[in-house]
Amino acid sequence: MSIRGAAAIVGYHEIPTRRNYPGRSNWSMLAEAANGAIRDAGLRKDQIDGLLCQEGFNSLTVAEYMQLSPKYTQSMTLHGATATGAVSAGAAAIAAGYADYILCVMGGTRDPEAGGQQPGGFRNPQQMSAQPRGGGGPASRGTEWESPYGPVVAANGGYGLIKQRHMYEFGTTQEQFAKCSVDQRFNALLDPNAAFSGQPITIEDVLNSRFTNDPLHLLECVMPCAGAGAWIMTSAERARALPNKPVYVLGAGGPATSHDTIFMERNVTTSPVALSAPVALRMSGYNARDMQFAEFYDCYTILVMMCLEDAGICPKGEIGPFYASTDTTYKGGFPINTNGGQISGGQPVGGGGGGIKQVIEAARQIMGRAGPRQIAKNDLCLVNG
Amino acid sequence: MPDFPTPLVTPDTAPFWKGCQAGQLLLQRCAACGALRYPPRPMCPQCTSKETGWVPASGRGTVYSYTVTHQALHPSLADKVPHLVILVELEEGVRITSNIVDCPPDQVRIGMPVEVVFHQVNPELTLPKFRPAGTA
Repeated sequence: MSIRGAAAIVGYHEIPTRRNYPGRSNWSMLAEAANGAIRDAGLRKDQIDGLLCQEGFNSLTVAEYMQLSPKYTQSMTLHGATATGAVSAGAAAIAAGYADYILCVMGGTRDPEAGGQQPGGFRNPQQMSAQPRGGGGPASRGTEWESPYGPVVAANGGYGLIKQRHMYEFGTTQEQFAKCSVDQRFNALLDPNAAFSGQPITIEDVLNSRFTNDPLHLLECVMPCAGAGAWIMTSAERARALPNKPVYVLGAGGPATSHDTIFMERNVTTSPVALSAPVALRMSGYNARDMQFAEFYDCYTILVMMCLEDAGICPKGEIGPFYASTDTTYKGGFPINTNGGQISGGQPVGGGGGGIKQVIEAARQIMGRAGPRQIAKNDLCLVNG
Repeated sequence: MPDFPTPLVTPDTAPFWKGCQAGQLLLQRCAACGALRYPPRPMCPQCTSKETGWVPASGRGTVYSYTVTHQALHPSLADKVPHLVILVELEEGVRITSNIVDCPPDQVRIGMPVEVVFHQVNPELTLPKFRPAGTA
């Protein structure tokens, strides 16, 4: 059974990503994003009968807070794939008839006085850093088998290990990685929602930025931020009666995984996108090369670049030369992360919330509402989380 | 006790940590199919047998990848950066995360031979780390 074209995104709202929103609670951010998306879709709150939330936020609590009564709800616990995973799950739930109008809402504040970076989590960011990613508890492999060698190996350190190996196996250069950051920053310049809006950078700026984890430079990493976003999904039939141009989900694959901690993956330079992208593309009836633009999760340059390879945008191992020879800005031949992604847009509340940047920008471009960043060929987008 | 999280020793993992205290890098070996596995866990992911034993690894391997951590992400590491995190491919084909010691950051290379060395953190915990082979 396929869900090709069964569901669509029909409205969205994004609260600009900023370093922090002092005094704002997670709940106020989520409520603002949700109400904005519901209004944008031309709906009323009482029409919402499905709710998908992010890792770390209990969707039952969110429903109670907003006085929603969803007949279908869950929180996605997929790290960075949370937002895109919600699109996949939401489309399937619509097709299955679990709900008619699904609200997906993610993000939050970083103000510890208003509830901390992590919902229900830690007030002390240093305490947070000592935890395994995802707050998996003391028995997770992250704590037991990685943290004794340096806490949070799995984030900066893990991607440093992957990048080192990619450079070794494929000859990918620091300049090619820097080009990814520079193109994305260009895309962020005119996006008022981006944390680094209006602040251009050069290849030299990236190469001269300090190492967080050699070979990873600071300007190849996301900045932890506050922000929130929401979108509404409904059936293709209902979508046609609503004001916005529907953004149809033509195919979905995953969430896929092969490991949680880095050392459990035998081939660290291949991502689970190699498992999920073929499913999505087969369902859609298109090839990767048919895609007109891409919105790909980008906690680090190495991740967005490796995932593009695994999706088939270029042959495996050739993403460095691809970036060197391709203008990936919104003015270019193959636009990627047309709002600056997360590296230049900022990462709202950890990996779970970060993917809203990709999902909402894809919807915005396909609806033709990206303003000065609007791309011309905007029908087919490959989105990854 | 160190400030950062230390391993939670469970019945599944206790033999590994006891081995480290005794100066041995122990790997779990499936008693049914012979597959080695790390980290320890109760079921063989290859053949699903729960019959298991332990064998000492040679302690020799090569660097599969490495990263130089410059940013102290925890207060206890403030005076320890830069420090090196490595993935080691043991001779037995098992890969583990660790640190490389007795090696300047600009000397480490993918593929370089390393050997295990045991660092006692406290009376309850000894961690396996690695140094360039032949530097004893």
